[in-house]
Amino acid sequence: MIRTEELLLNVGPQHPSTHGVLRLVLKLDGEVITEATPVIGYLHRGTEKLAESLNYTQIIPYTDRMDYVSAMTNNYVLCHAVEKMMGIEVPERAQFLRLIVMEMQRIASHLVWWGTYLLDLGAMSPFLYAFKEREKIVSLFNELCGARLTYNYMRVGGVKWDAPPGWIDKVRDFVPYMEKQLEEYEQLVSGNEIFLARVRGIGKYDAETAIAYGLSGANLRCTGVKWDLRKNEPYCIYDRFEFDVPVGTNGDCYDRYMVRFEEMRQSLRILKQAIEQFPSSGETMGKVPRVIRPPAGETYVRIESPRGEIGCHIVSKGKAEPYRLKFRRPSFNNLQILPKLLVGETMTNLIAIMGGIDFVLGEVDC
Amino acid sequence: MTKWVEQPLSWENVLIYALLSVVFLLLILGYVTYAILFERKVLGWMQWRHGPNRLGPWGIFQTVADVLKLLIKEDTIPHKADRALFILAPALCYAPSFAAIAVIPYTRELYFADLNVAVIYYAALSAISTIAIVLGGWASNNKYSLLGGMRSAAQMISYEVPLILSIVGTVMMTGSMSLRQIADAQGDWFWEWNFLPQIIGFGVFIVAAVSELNRTPFDLPEAESELVAGYHTEYSGFRFAFFMLAEYVYMFAIAGLASVLFLGGWHPPAPFLDFIPGIVWMILKMAFVIFFLFWLRATMPRVRIDQLMGLAWKVLVPLAILNVFVTAVCLELFIKG
Amino acid sequence: MSEERKREEGRPEAPREADRQPAAARQEESGGEKRGEPAAAGRQAPSAAERQSPAAPEQQASPVAQQQEPANTQEVSGTEPAGAGAEHPNQPQPDTMPEHPEASASGKPAAPANAAAGGRTGGGAAAAGEGAGTDAAAGAGADTAAGGTAGSGAADPEREAKIKAAQEARAARLAAKAAAGGGDGAASGGAAGAGAAADPEREAKIKAAQEARAARLAAKAAAEAGGDAAPAEPKPPSPKQPWLDEAVELLKSEVHPEAVEEASINELSDDMPTIVVKAEHWRAVAELLKSHGKLGCNYLRNVTGVDYETHLEVVYFVINLETKREYAIKIRTDREQPSVPSATPVWTGANWPEREIYDLLGVEFPGHPDLRRILMPDDWVGHPLRKDYVPLDPEV
Repeated sequence: MIRTEELLLNVGPQHPSTHGVLRLVLKLDGEVITEATPVIGYLHRGTEKLAESLNYTQIIPYTDRMDYVSAMTNNYVLCHAVEKMMGIEVPERAQFLRLIVMEMQRIASHLVWWGTYLLDLGAMSPFLYAFKEREKIVSLFNELCGARLTYNYMRVGGVKWDAPPGWIDKVRDFVPYMEKQLEEYEQLVSGNEIFLARVRGIGKYDAETAIAYGLSGANLRCTGVKWDLRKNEPYCIYDRFEFDVPVGTNGDCYDRYMVRFEEMRQSLRILKQAIEQFPSSGETMGKVPRVIRPPAGETYVRIESPRGEIGCHIVSKGKAEPYRLKFRRPSFNNLQILPKLLVGETMTNLIAIMGGIDFVLGEVDC
Repeated sequence: MTKWVEQPLSWENVLIYALLSVVFLLLILGYVTYAILFERKVLGWMQWRHGPNRLGPWGIFQTVADVLKLLIKEDTIPHKADRALFILAPALCYAPSFAAIAVIPYTRELYFADLNVAVIYYAALSAISTIAIVLGGWASNNKYSLLGGMRSAAQMISYEVPLILSIVGTVMMTGSMSLRQIADAQGDWFWEWNFLPQIIGFGVFIVAAVSELNRTPFDLPEAESELVAGYHTEYSGFRFAFFMLAEYVYMFAIAGLASVLFLGGWHPPAPFLDFIPGIVWMILKMAFVIFFLFWLRATMPRVRIDQLMGLAWKVLVPLAILNVFVTAVCLELFIKG
Repeated sequence: MSEERKREEGRPEAPREADRQPAAARQEESGGEKRGEPAAAGRQAPSAAERQSPAAPEQQASPVAQQQEPANTQEVSGTEPAGAGAEHPNQPQPDTMPEHPEASASGKPAAPANAAAGGRTGGGAAAAGEGAGTDAAAGAGADTAAGGTAGSGAADPEREAKIKAAQEARAARLAAKAAAGGGDGAASGGAAGAGAAADPEREAKIKAAQEARAARLAAKAAAEAGGDAAPAEPKPPSPKQPWLDEAVELLKSEVHPEAVEEASINELSDDMPTIVVKAEHWRAVAELLKSHGKLGCNYLRNVTGVDYETHLEVVYFVINLETKREYAIKIRTDREQPSVPSATPVWTGANWPEREIYDLLGVEFPGHPDLRRILMPDDWVGHPLRKDYVPLDPEV
């Protein structure tokens, strides 16, 4: 008689496809997963605890390192929260700069996701194409604020550095170039039969499940729920620009893929409009007191990062340091659905599903 | 070569054959070295980067350095591994590949053996490598290797069937299983080569061949980002080099097979180009097939294992059978009649 | 929260900041003098005690969190251990203050009124000034105020006595100084601040103080012609107030009349309706929030755990994606055996956030399917995000 056993496989913290140090403890029955348990915390650095002894400007570099693929949005959520509490008005030019860098960051983050997703699926070349485009964005950021990944760019009340002369023109040139490249990449990948067979119908869930699990970003929109904080709870100056919110229908990996790809296009659209309306002069910092001391109370501010809803809950006792600073990290909440999606799937689909959720461990662990 | 092959066996003939084999082995090793380099270069160019360019001009010494590195690595054998099988598997994988390329004719006169069952000979030998892969997976005493080995065995056995079936059409058209005769029988113009009349067979052959080679898009057993490195996870150093060597020699074999069976062998595409010797055409065609394999690797994502099996049994085998049937009907009605 | 409301009242008054400065400066001076004579303050205590008592609760409450009036709060905080001592000398406003002593020297008549107004954010001193002004100008107002606030229970009689003493001293001095009747600072009563959260009692006191102040303002405005534009008009109710009221109504009627401890609008956070719910009713409240037709908050955005040193609090942010109706629900629990019923059966997305709160703060969530550590290693001892956390092994 053949006796079969359940295989306990550890897709360990070091693994090429887990986008960071995520550990998945899998129970396999042959090729089929019967149970999956994510183990996180390998990158927990105690940002929230550290924040309790730092003043707000000092916390900004820490936010860079949470979701390191999309650092500008992290910067923004903290600065926005403090500005809201204190009623600080951010000047026009700073708002525009913030919006432009956030949208460029969205494109860069989605490029990383796209390249690595396809690399996991076996196609090597899109990874390099994605990073070639991202290189342009990251060089622009380098010119702007001196860093390529952890920018520390925004401050409470505005931005730290003004755009150097010629920078806006470079961004203006980048937009049509990127549009053309996105066309090419769409042709390369989106119609590829093998790719479609790998992602269509995989990792499906419906809108109710998505809402129950508190998913956000493309993970929520792929099911048909049209919820994008840039439109539904506008912040910064997003309400001045016209853009669509791509929404999927089936809630599978393919829809998540298409939603994110389309989001890149919409970001380019916003960029185009923003550059046209960019004020030619202006302050980059608003009127901010020398010591930033939000009034006592609390606030919860949320914005749309490339991964979903990133929120910042500050409880302040009127001091220069927050009493409690909590970040609502989208990847943390999005990752909860992974065990449910994986039951009954094969190992190969595991990769497709994990890549489709698009999480970053720096953010999951904070 | 023909005259040598037809001579009766004698000690000096044996010596000459042995020498020729060694020369050929060295040629093959040289081919492998530069195939690896060109794979990396071509992949690099397709990905907007240079590929290796540090060691030697254009990186031509890169593979030499890599092979040297592999040779001087520590020979580790996992603790509970089955030693004999572990050591046997790589050699068992490589030997049939070298034996199989004996039947490929390079020109009408330049060949090593002209078996009249060359097609079957090739198929049989390539199946031995499948055993070797399973052996390697099992002997490593590693869950990942076992899974990889099993998958690989399933894949290679499944794709042998459409591979051979697709060749049956050309065999029927030529009336012989000898590769030399099949190549000879193809006409001088490129539209007379077998790939056009046998277009279905050609398509099936290409897909099955890529899968037999375990190359992207069918490289689940080896380049798994899911399960580390599949059947050769535990192999390092020269044993690993043997597996890689086997893969590249099989690529050579498939390229030779494709050129001979479907692309006209040593025939030029047009008769007036025959001042260029046949060997050059043969090399060009083989190079093109190998380049095509690199191209596929740069472009395609990977197929899932169950989709792979479905593809073999539900698509390729019926197509190949259909091809045989249609060929038989056409031959009966239009050519013989 | 009432203090937020007060703060909001304060914000439109920013333009009057400049006016306030002279008064603040003067109070600073007076405070400076006073610092040297605590005993004297004590001695003078009984006289103005009765009159000062109304002001006391406000002052007690106000310095806790307000920091916009540096010197004033400092002196008062010297007498109030309430936490006003937390104020640092560096304040946004003081940048402008040095100029003002000269201005104040010129003795703007409206100053005392403004002083009181300035003290609005300052707390005790301001209130004292206000009290003084009241005394000086319209005793009637003070009496109304007294009547209004007398009812608020004092948390700490000692503290209050001290505050009263300080205020009386100052009041006496100011009364002596004040030439023109000090209009009582309108909003004066900066009492706005006060540590948000903690104490329902305190909040009730603050509310009462607010009312009293409003009453005083009205009286004063009637009493003196001109003076400042007393911004006595109450702030327009927030557009989200109906949401808050409806939810509170539903919770009280459908779950339990005692389920809701407090309900307020958090102005700092875009008028987020904030409801404090009792832990034992939380599960039923959660079900109601999710399933009731009018509320239908099916999306749980965030769960935060906060360690106030006296207790722990868990905050749930929920929203209805169609109507955009949102609530922040707070559940308080004590520090020794913190326990909040888990919301995971209601919103599945609460699973990991609750585990995180359990891991970092130690709050138990009975009803949670899989409550174990998530970020820290499984064998970690202690809950790192607590304020009193000391690592077991300092080397780790």
